[in-house]
Amino acid sequence: MKVTEKDVVYVADLANLELTDQERTRMLRDLNSILEYIDRLNELDTANVPPMAQVSDRYGVDQSKQGSERFAYASREDVHQGLRKSLPHDVALENAPDSDGMFFKVPKVIER
Amino acid sequence: MATTPDISVAARARYEPVIGLEVHVQLLTATKIFCSCSTRFGNPPNTNVCPVCLGLPGALPVLNRKAVEFAVLAAAALNCRIHETSIFARKNYFYPDLPKGYQISQYDKPLAEFGGIEIKTAGGVKKIGITRLHLEEDAGKSLHEGFPDSAETTAIDLNRSGVPLIEIVSEPDISSPDEAHEYLTRLKEIILYTGVSDCNMEEGSLRCDANVSVRPRGQKEFGTKTEVKNVNSFRFIREALQYEIGRHIGVLESGGVITQETRLYNANEGKTYGMRSKEQAHDYRYFPEPDLLPLVVDAKWKAEILRNLPELPEARRQRMVAEYGVTDYDAGVLTASRALADQFEAAAKAAKNPKRVANLVQGELMGRLKAKGLEIEQSPISMQGVAASADLVESGAISGKMLKDLYDLCFERGKDFPAVYEEAGRPEQSRDTSALEKTIDEVIAANPKQLEQYRAGKTTLIGFFVGQVMKASKGQANPQLVNELLTKKLGG
Repeated sequence: MKVTEKDVVYVADLANLELTDQERTRMLRDLNSILEYIDRLNELDTANVPPMAQVSDRYGVDQSKQGSERFAYASREDVHQGLRKSLPHDVALENAPDSDGMFFKVPKVIER
Repeated sequence: MATTPDISVAARARYEPVIGLEVHVQLLTATKIFCSCSTRFGNPPNTNVCPVCLGLPGALPVLNRKAVEFAVLAAAALNCRIHETSIFARKNYFYPDLPKGYQISQYDKPLAEFGGIEIKTAGGVKKIGITRLHLEEDAGKSLHEGFPDSAETTAIDLNRSGVPLIEIVSEPDISSPDEAHEYLTRLKEIILYTGVSDCNMEEGSLRCDANVSVRPRGQKEFGTKTEVKNVNSFRFIREALQYEIGRHIGVLESGGVITQETRLYNANEGKTYGMRSKEQAHDYRYFPEPDLLPLVVDAKWKAEILRNLPELPEARRQRMVAEYGVTDYDAGVLTASRALADQFEAAAKAAKNPKRVANLVQGELMGRLKAKGLEIEQSPISMQGVAASADLVESGAISGKMLKDLYDLCFERGKDFPAVYEEAGRPEQSRDTSALEKTIDEVIAANPKQLEQYRAGKTTLIGFFVGQVMKASKGQANPQLVNELLTKKLGG
C-alpha cells in the first residue's frame, strides 16, 4: 500500500475536506489504485520524452510559429479598451454569503 | 526602537547572522496580470473585480504582456539570467483573500535566476546574490479591524487580487541588519530606475519578508531560521532583524533551540511575536498551471524589451563623476532618483559650461539645502535655475558673490533663481573700469614689496593682488576684468 490512512487524513485536511470514516476508507482504496496504475506507466522508458504539463503546448498551436510568437495568441496588451470590463459592484457581491454592500465578509481570520 | 534582549557583547561576537530577503514588488501595469481589471490603488472596494480575479468558476486567465516586459526589465537590471521558457504554477492554500484557493505563481521554472547586486558595507563592496525573480499575482486585502463587527468578521477587498507582482529572492548572503537595509535601498533604487514599479511601501507596492538565522562563527551549516513578516519600512526591517538576531542568540546561549516559524514584527514595541500556526503550515502542492501556456521570452522579444532599459544608478554615478567632476557623494545625491538625475543632466547640457552647473550644485546648492534640512527634491532652486545662474556667471554678468546673495534670496523667498533674479532687477556686476582702476592702483600702491617680487618674476603673486582687489571691492568686481587690468598695470 502506497498511501496510508494518515496520508489520506493529511491530504483531506489540506483540501479543507471533512471525510466520514466510510469516505476515508474509499479514498484510501482509490488513491492506492491510482498510484498502482501510475506504477504501470512508470514501466515505460520515458528517458527521451520531455515532460508535458500543458497539452496546448504541443497541440493546438500554430506549428509554423516559433519562439514567443508561438504562444503570443494567448496573451494580451495592457489596455482596458475592447476588453471585458470589471463587474458592477453589486453584481460582484451578489453571490457572497455575507456582505455589507461594500466588502465581502468572512468569519474572523487572524492568522495566515 | 528595537529593544533587543540583554546579551553580552562577547556572546554576540560568537555568532554570525545569516539573512535572506524576499521582496515583492508591484508592477506598474494599467491592468491586472490575468484580466483587464484596473490596478488603480484607492478605488472603492471590490469595484476592480471580474470573474477572473474573483475566482468564479469557468473564468480563464489571459497573460498581460506588459507584466512580462516589466519583469524582464527588472530581471535584467538585477543582473539575472532570463530563461527563454518559464512556467506558471499553482500555489495551493486556503485563505479568504485568495478566492481561487490557489495563487498563480512560478515555481520550479521561474522567469529569471542567478542575479545579484553590489552593496557598500563597512568592509567594502559586497555582492548579494539574487536566487530568483518570478512573476505572480497578488492576493486580495483582508481588513481585520475598523468595522462595527470586526470582533466576529473580517472584511475582504479583492481589488488587489490579480495585480502583477515580481518576487525577488536573495541568497542568504546578507550578514547584518545594516546590510539588509543597504540591500533594500539599492534594490529599490534600481527598480525605481527601471520604471517598472513606484515601490511605494505605504500602498504596499513594495513588501519585504526576512529569513534570519544565526550560527557560531566559522560554522558552515546554517542555524534554524525564522521568517519575519509584516514589516512595512526599511527602518523597521533593520530593527526587526536586530531584535530577532538578539533573540536567537539569547535562546541558543541559554541552551534552548530555535523553532522554525513565522513571526510578526510589532513596530511599537520593537519586538517580534510568533504566529500561532498549524503544524502542516507550508505544503503548497505546487503544480503547473493548466490554464496558461508556457511563457516564452525569445531573443527577439527580449532585445525589444531591453531597449527600454535605462542607464542604472551605479553606472550613472560613475559616469557623472567622470563627466562633470562631481564627488562620489554628490553623484549619489544627484542620482537619488532618475527624474532628478535627468533634470540635472538636461540642465547641465543646456548650459554654456556643464561643469560649472555641477560646481554650483555642489558648492552652493547642497550646503544651503543641508542648512535648511531640505531634500534636493524640495529645493527652491531647480536644476534649470542653477543652469541659468551658471550662464550668468559664465558670461561675466554677475559675480560669484552676487550669485551667493541671489541664492540666499531664493532660499529666503522660496522661489526659483530666474524669478528672484528678475525681482532683484537683473543686477549686473560693475564693468566701470575707472572705479576699478582706481581700486587697483590703490592696492598696488599699498603693496610695494609684492609688486617688486612680481616684477622680479614671481608672477604667481597675481593671485594675491586679485584677492586684495576683490576684497577692496567687497566681491562686486568682475574677476575676469580685475585679472585683465591687473596684468596690464603690474607689468608696468
